[in-house]
Amino acid sequence: MTIEPTAAPPRPPDQPVPPAGPPLAYQPRRLYRDRDGRVVAGVAAGLAEHLRLPTVVVRVAFVALLVANGLGALLYIGFWAVLPVAPRTTPRRRRPPGTTLQAIGLFALAAGVILLQLQFTGFGLDATLVGLITLVALGAGIIWHQADPQRRRRDPAPAATSALRRAVEGETEGVRRWFLVRMLGGGLLIIFGIIGILGFFAPVGNVNLSDVLLGLIFSLLALAGLVLTLAPLLNRVFGQLREERVARIREQERAEVAAMVHDQVLHTLALIQRSSSDQASVVRLARGQERSLRNWLYKPSASPTERFAAALEQAAAEVEDAFAITVETVVVGDAENNDSVAALVAATREALVNAARHAKVGTVSLYAEAEEETLSVYVRDRGVGFDMSTMDDDRHGVRGSIIGRMRRHGGQAQVRSAPGEGTEVELTLPRTGVAASEGRQ
Amino acid sequence: MSEVSAVSAVSEPERRLRVYLVDDHAMFRAGVRAELGNFVDVVGEAGTVPEAVAGITQAQPDVVLLDVHMPEGGGRAVLEALRRTQPQVKFLALSVSDAAEDVIGLIRAGARGYVTKTISPEQLADAVRRVAEDDAVFSPRLAGFVLDAFASRPDVPVADPELDQLTNREREVLRLLARGYAYKEIAKELYISIKTVETHVSNVLRKLQMSNRYELSRWAADRRLV
Repeated sequence: MTIEPTAAPPRPPDQPVPPAGPPLAYQPRRLYRDRDGRVVAGVAAGLAEHLRLPTVVVRVAFVALLVANGLGALLYIGFWAVLPVAPRTTPRRRRPPGTTLQAIGLFALAAGVILLQLQFTGFGLDATLVGLITLVALGAGIIWHQADPQRRRRDPAPAATSALRRAVEGETEGVRRWFLVRMLGGGLLIIFGIIGILGFFAPVGNVNLSDVLLGLIFSLLALAGLVLTLAPLLNRVFGQLREERVARIREQERAEVAAMVHDQVLHTLALIQRSSSDQASVVRLARGQERSLRNWLYKPSASPTERFAAALEQAAAEVEDAFAITVETVVVGDAENNDSVAALVAATREALVNAARHAKVGTVSLYAEAEEETLSVYVRDRGVGFDMSTMDDDRHGVRGSIIGRMRRHGGQAQVRSAPGEGTEVELTLPRTGVAASEGRQ
Repeated sequence: MSEVSAVSAVSEPERRLRVYLVDDHAMFRAGVRAELGNFVDVVGEAGTVPEAVAGITQAQPDVVLLDVHMPEGGGRAVLEALRRTQPQVKFLALSVSDAAEDVIGLIRAGARGYVTKTISPEQLADAVRRVAEDDAVFSPRLAGFVLDAFASRPDVPVADPELDQLTNREREVLRLLARGYAYKEIAKELYISIKTVETHVSNVLRKLQMSNRYELSRWAADRRLV
């Protein structure tokens, strides 16, 4: 490449990080083409932003440099070829007002400069050379941008399925066609430019331009013949590459499934076979496995330390595992976790444990609802129940770890039970629970 | 059903419901047949979708027990093939679990309820009877899902208040269902009759099937259930 004027000037370390970048790491201030405020390709706007100059100054500078045998145009195309487009980190800005007007003015100015130059010097040797180099730069730029790996990642389609589909099928038909057209066009531009330059400096001296053109046409014909001959082979090679990629993706997915099945399902089945006489542990194993498979298949994972629903589900799962019962968990809505919510979850867990220990049934219902002002939890079993009047004596767990805990955090606990009728524990917590409880204490 | 009750007012308690089984696991069909034999007449069974469509059209059962997950489109394919031609046949979905993922698609396609495959024979017979009487069978988890999907959010515009919102009473009934209450207990708690509870639940089922609420359609679209 003949043009390398564009390496971004080294950034002094005390310069502030650009606003677009994430603040967590040191980011060198990079030179980009401006995506939104552009007139031609955004080079001037990008440079202006980087140099902290008014955009119009940079633009006028480019136009003014046209005087030097079109150096302005050459520089502009050089920058355009090498600079990446600014990544889209901020929403699309509107073009600054007046940009179009400014553009018209600048183009008029540029035309004037060029005409003036032609008037004075004629279409001189130097101007032709610059023109040819510009041609090469333009072609190289087109190809360079096409081959940019960022390009593929730029279009927004985050869904895993579509990403997979894209990986399998390649780009869409239209995109691929444009890719080819641009590649070919860029290649032609480069070829013309280089041949022109060679013709200029060729040591033979008096090369006839039509000879060069003829030679070019014959080379192109030869190239076309070569492509035609090799096309089936190339096609097959690309096809094989694509198939290989598909196979590799499949293999990866299969390996992931196999690992999960092996680590969990087969392990559980082996345990179930070993303990097939112990019904309780079979139920426990099967239930735990079901839960983990279901999570694996459906759930977007939420952290029990952060979300109310996830914390409740974890508590229910622990009780299921510990006591070999089924907890039918239904959670409506969700909330952020905090100290009082954690206390509510702990009280719920205690109520579940009580039901598992004392109710003598296999299933306990857990229902929780997060409303705007309160969180409520109901733990219900259809077990043996107990006489409410004896509760104070033999249910210390209920008193201390359920009712007391809820009161400390500004909530309430109610226990309803009668012998033979099962038990229901109702826990409520105002959602401003932390402040309320602190005020009370 | 009206002609049945008119003809056999005396023998009505004796009349056994005609049930058709659709499940691709022969073992499971045999198990259900054995368990249900005491309560209902199992008039046929099928292991594939085409077999089921032909068999149900011919046998004209009261209730079809329909497996959710089967090859060739599963229970939904059966429902969609028969819903227009056989409107009198009731469908009860059978699923390995009552997670909403498994069953909302079938409910939206016209099933009147669903039960999990771990259900006891008595409960299954009860669910079959309820579906045959044109009631709905809701599990706590489905009730919770409906409460979630129909949660009143001030920012969501409601297109059709009749279909897209639950009444307060329906909400109360669903809440109790989600808390694990039986219909009888709900009736007692709310001081209404069991029949009224059933009506409320049927209305909720209709809303769940017909509503185009944003949450429901988006939820279904996300899971390719539309």
